[in-house]
Amino acid sequence: MPIVTDSQRSATRTQVRQAITQQKRHLPSIALSVTLLIAVTFTLLTLFSLLARIVTQAIPAFSERGASFLSGTIGSEPDKVGIWPGLFGSFAIGIGVLLIAVPLGIGAAIYLEEYAEQNRLNRFVVVNIRNLAGVPAVIYGVLGLIIFVGWLKPVTNGGTVVAAALTLAILVLPVVIITSMEAIRAVPMGLRDAGYGVGASRWEVTRDHVVPYAMPGILTGTVLALARALGEAAPLIMIGAITGLLPETSLSGKFTAIPMLIYSWSGRPDSSGGNIGWSNAAAGAGLVLLALVLVFNIIGIFLRNHFEAKRVGT
Amino acid sequence: MNGLLAVADLSGDPRRRAHDRRMQRLLGSSAFITIIISALILFVLARGSIDFLKSIGWDLGVLRDSSKAPGWFPRRERFDLITIVMGSVLMGSIAMLVAVPLGLGTAVYLSEFAPTRVRKILKPIVEVLAGIPSVIVGYFALKFIAPNIVDPIFSPDQSRNMVVAGLAIGVLVIPIMASISEDALRAVPSSLREASYGIGARKSTTTIRIVLPAAVSGIVAAFIIATSRAIGETMVAAMAGGRDGSGPRVLDPLEPGLTMTAAMTNAAGGTDQVNSGAPFQVLFFVGLLLFMMTMGLNVIGDRFVQRVRQQY
Amino acid sequence: MSTSDSPQESGALGVGADVSTSLAQEQQTKSDSIDLPIFAVRDLSVKYGEFRAVRDVTLDISEHEITAFIGPSGCGKTTVLRCLNRMNDFIDSAKVEGRIDYHGVDLYHEDVNPNEVRRRIGMVFQKPNPFPKSIFDNVAYGPRLTGGMSKADLNDLVERSLRRAALWDEVKDRLKASALGLSGGQQQRLCIARCIAVEPDVILMDEPCSALDPIATARIEDLMQEIKKDYTIIIVTHNMQQAARVSDRTAFFTTEMNTESDRRTGVLVEYDTTNKMFSVPSDERTEAYVTGRFG
Repeated sequence: MPIVTDSQRSATRTQVRQAITQQKRHLPSIALSVTLLIAVTFTLLTLFSLLARIVTQAIPAFSERGASFLSGTIGSEPDKVGIWPGLFGSFAIGIGVLLIAVPLGIGAAIYLEEYAEQNRLNRFVVVNIRNLAGVPAVIYGVLGLIIFVGWLKPVTNGGTVVAAALTLAILVLPVVIITSMEAIRAVPMGLRDAGYGVGASRWEVTRDHVVPYAMPGILTGTVLALARALGEAAPLIMIGAITGLLPETSLSGKFTAIPMLIYSWSGRPDSSGGNIGWSNAAAGAGLVLLALVLVFNIIGIFLRNHFEAKRVGT
Repeated sequence: MNGLLAVADLSGDPRRRAHDRRMQRLLGSSAFITIIISALILFVLARGSIDFLKSIGWDLGVLRDSSKAPGWFPRRERFDLITIVMGSVLMGSIAMLVAVPLGLGTAVYLSEFAPTRVRKILKPIVEVLAGIPSVIVGYFALKFIAPNIVDPIFSPDQSRNMVVAGLAIGVLVIPIMASISEDALRAVPSSLREASYGIGARKSTTTIRIVLPAAVSGIVAAFIIATSRAIGETMVAAMAGGRDGSGPRVLDPLEPGLTMTAAMTNAAGGTDQVNSGAPFQVLFFVGLLLFMMTMGLNVIGDRFVQRVRQQY
Repeated sequence: MSTSDSPQESGALGVGADVSTSLAQEQQTKSDSIDLPIFAVRDLSVKYGEFRAVRDVTLDISEHEITAFIGPSGCGKTTVLRCLNRMNDFIDSAKVEGRIDYHGVDLYHEDVNPNEVRRRIGMVFQKPNPFPKSIFDNVAYGPRLTGGMSKADLNDLVERSLRRAALWDEVKDRLKASALGLSGGQQQRLCIARCIAVEPDVILMDEPCSALDPIATARIEDLMQEIKKDYTIIIVTHNMQQAARVSDRTAFFTTEMNTESDRRTGVLVEYDTTNKMFSVPSDERTEAYVTGRFG
């Protein structure tokens, strides 16, 4: 004869189950869950309605114009404009940022993590970089206007795409430095010890072990910085990007960039006639910009996976 | 190899040594460029501000002139600073009213409630939101928030007003609020949560009584840094805020308004285009003010972030 | 040549602040003393910022022997070890006082290149730390730095180093495979091979077996005996049995309370042949430690 009968056992089980499940009906818990879900839903809804609005508005621009929307030039008729000058400008800015901000940023990060002693000067440099990362974009525009458009006019020819690339390179430099520093800091000390232990110099350890190990993080930061540079418009307004007529694109003349086109076109009134209004043209440019930003993010993720696979080895 | 060595035996390959030193100098100089950048920003803003103050004859009364009708009309020599500072503060406040509940809610959900599978999808989505250029959010403000939300609900006189811009700036800073808060929440050691669960506390109680208080400095940091970003945001304010510096209306959020940042773009290349004299130079003065405001907020925010790091 | 020295005298090599260098020099004339020390450490103190981690260490290390540093946690044995190949250079706050001569050269002389020092004085670390590269590249990394080696020579050198580290037979068919795929014990032997490949003079081992199981540990210990005829080995270990098994000489460090702060500073208590240290130690603190009554 067992001490606990089967029926007793199942009764206890029911009781316990009730006690546990009752907690789910606790009102404050439900309230909190519901509040959080509403917050998350709203955040997601915002993102999706933004994307949906851009895509639906952009469809006419692409379906009616096709490739000529990409290759055409800017002008005053919404159904005839194209974004080629913007593409050219943004492309040149991207190249400039890659050539200037990435080497400088990675170099600075390596110095601060691998070489710099913990002294007051170097701590100040790091704090200063963190502060630079928080300076509003429009202020970098003021800097670009005075330094690159004004002082360095012999080099940049004034308010050209060269000045824009320099300005945006300076703007994203702190982002590149901070993300690279974080990536370098995550390199295990044992790896450095191993390199130094066989007599490698600081630079050899950095080049052969620290940078390769940190590469995924550095690349991710670089790609994010590039995406940010492509999307900025405020500094371009300050240094005089134009939105009117631009018959030819060059490195030494007037310029525009995709975000400038979106800025300018979305402010123009839609006339009732015609299949493509300014809002469609602006959304078309917006879609191209979003696609570029997204592509860079995907490249970043791809490179990160590639390097991680290589690091683990087979 | 028993026996004595000389110092020269241990001085290594001079070429490798020299290369190492060269690289150190090269890398070091790229780090110190950042100091030069900061110095140049300060120099440019300070020099322009002094030029501005000179051209108004150091008469600071100009910045709050009650004799004329107040408002920000640089070309008419009317520099009522309160107008644009209030514009920034008002739009920034509306933005934070959006960003705090949505950003913090998302952060708490991500860190405390979301199953791993949901988190893995949701977090990249929030990161995508963070990467959306502000000019696109400006478009969204003009073509969606204004016609589909603000116009039907509040029927304002003009579609471009401070509520529209404020809401859109809020959308822009949600990811900042969310990611810094989430970092702070995740920094709370799980032993604290386990201690609370261990005495039978519910998840909601644990979250509200234990986790949120423990993460409070990080959440404050998120708020301050997001505020700084909202005040420094230019494109959305310029595109959707109405760009109207008429002073008296500035306290009604459904009226068009002008932020410090939008006033700067006006002075440089927008509607007020001139390139000399006080109407242009004022851009440096506003820039310096904006720089100091955002810098102040960032420094305070950073203090709070550091506090989180030290705690755990 | 007398073997009847009193324990006090022979144990005096490098005890505390009041031991003068003359004592250490005098010691060199005695039987189990060191004729031509490879390292002569004199009054070595290391500070981390304001905190003095270890003070007034004076000892001589003999060539082609295994010297063990033992003692409780925080006694400064690893700190002293890392001074011997200037690995402490990487800790900004670390300040080294006193003098370390290596084959008669002051290691901290301003013209001495720490990288060259580390090439001659290799190191094996507590946690196996192979590079995330192939097995071959791990071993070849050091020799490649100095360059000027033919491919065939390099292949030879890698094979020789792996053989010396008793790893060749296990990895000869997968030299191109990632080193991270090896077991912990194999990884540590790979680290030893990597160290041997640059043809060092001294190998410093910082608790090389603390992350390994007993079988892997035994293999490393055998390996140490095997290679000691070619190298001078200094090992830091927490494991007293290990020190007793493998070493010729043992230095016992302990901590003592500071008067100026409440943090503990490491000191060298006693340094002698391992036999003596484990049978008739002259200091009662050593005796307490080796018999397991303390630490």
